Amino acid sequence: MHEMAITQSVLDAIVARLGEAPVTCVRLEIGRLSGVVPDSVRFCFDVLCAGTSLEGARLDIAEPAGRARCRDCGGEFTLDDFILLCPCGSADVSVLAGRELRIASVEVGHV
Amino acid sequence: MCDTCGCSDSAVRITDHTHTVVMEQDILAKNDELAEHNRAHLRASDVFAINLMSSPGAGKTTLLERTIRALGVPCAVIEGDQETLLDAERIKATGAPVVQINTGAGCHLDAAMLHRALHALAPARGSTLFIENVGNLVCPALFDLGEAARVVILSVTEGPGKPVKYPHMFAATDLVLLNKVDLLPYVDFDVAEFERDVRRVNPSAALLQVSATRGDGLTDWYDWLRRPARS
Ligand SMILES: Nc1nc2c(ncn2[C@@H]2O[C@H](COP(=O)(O)OP(=O)(O)OP(=O)(O)O)[C@@H](O)[C@H]2O)c(=O)[nH]1
Ligand SMILES: [Zn+2]
Ligand SMILES: [Zn+2]
Ligand SMILES: [Zn+2]
Ligand SMILES: [Zn+2]
Repeated sequence: MHEMAITQSVLDAIVARLGEAPVTCVRLEIGRLSGVVPDSVRFCFDVLCAGTSLEGARLDIAEPAGRARCRDCGGEFTLDDFILLCPCGSADVSVLAGRELRIASVEVGHV
Repeated sequence: MCDTCGCSDSAVRITDHTHTVVMEQDILAKNDELAEHNRAHLRASDVFAINLMSSPGAGKTTLLERTIRALGVPCAVIEGDQETLLDAERIKATGAPVVQINTGAGCHLDAAMLHRALHALAPARGSTLFIENVGNLVCPALFDLGEAARVVILSVTEGPGKPVKYPHMFAATDLVLLNKVDLLPYVDFDVAEFERDVRRVNPSAALLQVSATRGDGLTDWYDWLRRPARS
């Protein structure tokens, strides 16, 4: 399950940035085309945060939808899955959004 | 002001009770940085690295055994496996240098594992390096290792719809090998439908039909490996 490795990367990046500061909330962006399942990340998050400076932190996950632009007709359309097909029939499309796998921000409590 | 989180940092906004630290950072940033480091190493030593991915048993090791013996270019192999040394021993028998990475519970290789393996293996200048990823069509797709090219193997015994069920793997590959075509007469597998499915998620990947045991299509595979675009 790669969500475990993904979630560990989130924790590592936050601790690298903030040290031992107590974290109260983590905001992530996990695009619908990213290949990462938010519910699995939620599960891993609680498991991995136990006993760290992130213990008890809230996890907010935004899930941006997939969007693509067609190189043939220039149109923009939503992508619900990874089928790279413009309504005009062309498969020559570039993905604009939906692949995000980002840490947006973190809230740190006062001590 | 408070020292816990580096308030002087301009990305930190202070409200009454909490600090919001804007990170705007890719979750895989560390992996991707290390992958770029690997890529620079490989390019500097003129090593052409291929990340070979498939579900378990699609024929990666069999294809490699045969390729190493036939290619006529120095080859080296990094074997990713959850537990055993079996694949590494099969490769060793071909005479090619090989390093084994046991991932344990991990279901994919990442750039840090490849980095350690590269330093242990030190592949010869000008060689082709095959990285046999862990048999799994999901996780390996997410982790850039620093390879020059990605190859996905699917075998005809795995049934229909795989490219659409595992789009990330197929969307991110440079070449799709359909293996075990010697078994086509015995299984219900529609090659044309498979190729259409690949195109739906990846319009530009090269597609080859091969049999790693009987030898069908291997000349095309070797040509692909030697293609000038590799530099
Ligand atoms: N008929 C047929 N069998 C094949 C072919 N290629 C591989 N096999 C068989 O498929 C089985 C699995 O092959 P491996 O090469 O071990 O597969 P792998 O992808 O390395 O497997 P893992 O490392 O466990 O993921 C073996 O019994 C091979 O002999 C082929 O082209 N045709
Ligand atoms: Zn994995
Ligand atoms: Zn279009
Ligand atoms: Zn193998
Ligand atoms: Zn190094």
